[in-house]
Amino acid sequence: MTTSFSQADIQVLLNQMAEDIRQQIGDRKPLLVGIHTGGVWVAEQLLEILGSDFFDAPLGTLDIAYYRDDFTRIGMHPQVQPSDLPFNVDDRHLLLIDDVLHSGRTIRAALNEIFDYGRPASVTLGVLIKRNGRELPIQADIIGKSINLTEQQHIKLSNDNGLHLELTTNGGE
Amino acid sequence: MSSGQLTDNGQLRHFLTIEGLKRPLLTEIMDRAEQFSSISHQQVKKVPLLRGKTIVNLFFENSTRTRTTFELAAKRLSADVINLNISTSATSKGESLLDTLHNLEAMHSDMFVVRHAQSGAAEFIAQHVAPHVSVINAGDGCHAHPTQAMLDMFTIRRHKQHFPNLRVAIVGDILHSRVARSQIQALATLGVGEIRVIAPKTLLPSDCQTLGVHVYHDMEAGLKDVDVIIMLRLQLERMEGALLPSAREYFDCYGLSEEKLALAKPDAIVMHPGPINRGVEIASAVADGPQSVILEQVTHGIAVRMAVMSMTLGSQSEQQEVVA
Repeated sequence: MTTSFSQADIQVLLNQMAEDIRQQIGDRKPLLVGIHTGGVWVAEQLLEILGSDFFDAPLGTLDIAYYRDDFTRIGMHPQVQPSDLPFNVDDRHLLLIDDVLHSGRTIRAALNEIFDYGRPASVTLGVLIKRNGRELPIQADIIGKSINLTEQQHIKLSNDNGLHLELTTNGGE
Repeated sequence: MSSGQLTDNGQLRHFLTIEGLKRPLLTEIMDRAEQFSSISHQQVKKVPLLRGKTIVNLFFENSTRTRTTFELAAKRLSADVINLNISTSATSKGESLLDTLHNLEAMHSDMFVVRHAQSGAAEFIAQHVAPHVSVINAGDGCHAHPTQAMLDMFTIRRHKQHFPNLRVAIVGDILHSRVARSQIQALATLGVGEIRVIAPKTLLPSDCQTLGVHVYHDMEAGLKDVDVIIMLRLQLERMEGALLPSAREYFDCYGLSEEKLALAKPDAIVMHPGPINRGVEIASAVADGPQSVILEQVTHGIAVRMAVMSMTLGSQSEQQEVVA
């Protein structure tokens, strides 16, 4: 079974997220950080909607491959992009963006990495999709859409001349 | 030799020699090193990738640069590091190499970084370690020094990008140089257009022609139009008998002076694995000059060693997963 969200559906979610960001942290001049790869795409869209003046610095990107908790189980990840935080995070308000919040392990790794750069005043988490299946006590502050999926279902963001969300079900793995 | 350094699915399990490794794997090492090199610019120069792993630097032969950069690489990956200088340790009390090894294994070490004066020592150790332990060759006799070769390739790629267009000259004591052997294998695997070696007959191995290199005995002809000059250290400690008349005469014939450097392409880079003998194989003005990338090589050594360490220990993880 495959269901997908169109580009227009996603634009509605992004606009809603941008509105929530304005309301929650609009007065903080936050720093925007996207998690590779999907989170960077979402962050780029939010940057476009909110405008670069809303933020205090260019978009930062994080690749959490070196901070994952599964190295001893599955080894190195094939593609690693260097992390790039073009600002000092000390005492600043960070808006951390990912595409899908699932187990919470990616966010745990991202927080660890951020704290290797310094001590932010606050971190606000924004995700395009919040799904069930949390394994850690981590929750999002800004949410495009909440959905409930079975264990066999996966939702994945792709970027092919615009963002697409695809819901897939794998048969009995 | 050393078919045992790869896992069944072609990942690095040990890193013993460049020989037999394919181009995509060498490229992967350089790509990963590129990713790791950004960590050195972070405020906290450390990632938790190898947290909880124990890496033993097993040095049977002296080294400062190689040992230090291996140690830094391991520490930047959050591994715990033990440095053992074996010449002052148990083997001098009569313990055999294998007994020393098994004792270190019993302490749950995950990796041995081995330097030894005997060719083949790292491979011997790799054949005898427990299945969960990786071995990295940090130089064995006159045989191989694969991480040095890869950091040199990484340095060349940073400056010159496309290997097939390049003309690379390796100058000096080829005969005693494990660095030169590994470099020639890596340059050939990466498809470098022309590899030249420049040395007196007494410092060339007899099998030189089989290495696929062009041999020159004088600098004037050999350095003409090259893109990369790799100077080798005159290994006085490995010389037996009178291979050379004097260090002074060596410099006159094979030392890299500014005049000789001018024969190469104007944008040629000068490399040296260190430690340099100023005034013996390289003039100070060249070693400290604008075309020298010698200190960059040292910096790149950390990132390349991080890449090799994480790749070998990462392939172990995969194997365990398959077994489980």
